[in-house]
Amino acid sequence: MAAKSNLRNMALSLTLVCLVCSGLLGVVYVMTAEPIRKAEEAKVAASIARVLPSFEAQPEQESISVDGLDYTYYKVPGAGYAIISTVGGFGGPLSLMVGIDEGGLIVNTVVLSHSETPGLGAKCATELSFIDQFKGWDPAAKRLVVRKDGGDVDAITASTITSRAYTKAIANAVDVYSKLTENE
Amino acid sequence: MSKLGLITKGFLKENPTFVLVLGMCPTLATTTSAMNGLEMGLATMFVLILSNIVISLIAPVVPDKVHIPVYIVVIATFVTLLQLLMQAYTPEVYETLGLFIPLIVVNCIVLGRAEAFASKNSVGDSAMDGIGIGLGFTLTLTVIGIVREVLGSGSVFGWKFIAGDGILAFVMAPGAFLVLGYLMVLFNKLAKR
Repeated sequence: MAAKSNLRNMALSLTLVCLVCSGLLGVVYVMTAEPIRKAEEAKVAASIARVLPSFEAQPEQESISVDGLDYTYYKVPGAGYAIISTVGGFGGPLSLMVGIDEGGLIVNTVVLSHSETPGLGAKCATELSFIDQFKGWDPAAKRLVVRKDGGDVDAITASTITSRAYTKAIANAVDVYSKLTENE
Repeated sequence: MSKLGLITKGFLKENPTFVLVLGMCPTLATTTSAMNGLEMGLATMFVLILSNIVISLIAPVVPDKVHIPVYIVVIATFVTLLQLLMQAYTPEVYETLGLFIPLIVVNCIVLGRAEAFASKNSVGDSAMDGIGIGLGFTLTLTVIGIVREVLGSGSVFGWKFIAGDGILAFVMAPGAFLVLGYLMVLFNKLAKR
């Protein structure tokens, strides 16, 4: 079946295969770069639309550093801020987008990515009774801490650590919001 | 072997999961639901068919001592290609399968078929072999996914027919081993007849 090996044909065939393969990948990479960028943008835009009241202005992406952590946020004139907040969850990083309107109330939150346990902590992305409690939340009136720790947040059953992380991510976003608006 | 035989053997005689017991990592990890299993199977099939075709074409001229690195480069190329295409056109699917797409490179089924079949057979037969083994793998993953989804979440392909949570263990790793084990027993018992 295969040809007899010697140094020359081994080096030649490997080089050739690698050249052809990298060439092909280069072409596909260039071809898909635009659609991939668009898909990511669409995802961000859809998330912003979910966490803020309807708006017409174009969201502006900016970043800020609060307490040594870097946050990316989207400023939407007339609607508020959509802040991306990432904390350590139960199974890995838990990344949320938190929408806060111009009055400082939380509009909605959406999970961007998580690695929580399926069926338990993963409910933080789907369980509406948990997610919806943050709609219209006033951070000045209610404490963003789970009830077990003396706050006002109802945790997901059997997923206290995930609920704590989710709440912490929102609290961080509120801090970012205060920092953003203190100079206005 | 007839062309049809090359395809059907992937389901029964050489079922990659239940008979060859290859590619266990994606089998156990991605079958949390029927849809995930199906998508993972199709992704693997795509790589399998293309790598089988290319490898059967280049096998006669590849020097024996470097054939494994050459095959791996070919397989990795197709996996990366698939990864880019999925990111671009099916971002939701890419997100669910994420890490397991690049891991197709080290899936024993793909390199196994390249070594055992594609390098010794014609292009047409190798393509058929890729389709057959790929379909077998897809079907198996989907079945495991269905069983785990029904028991673990009370739904099939996302369609919920039992309210509530189901038996959580089946969505997690222990359930994967249990379902795989019992299905393997059942499959081999039926196949022996």
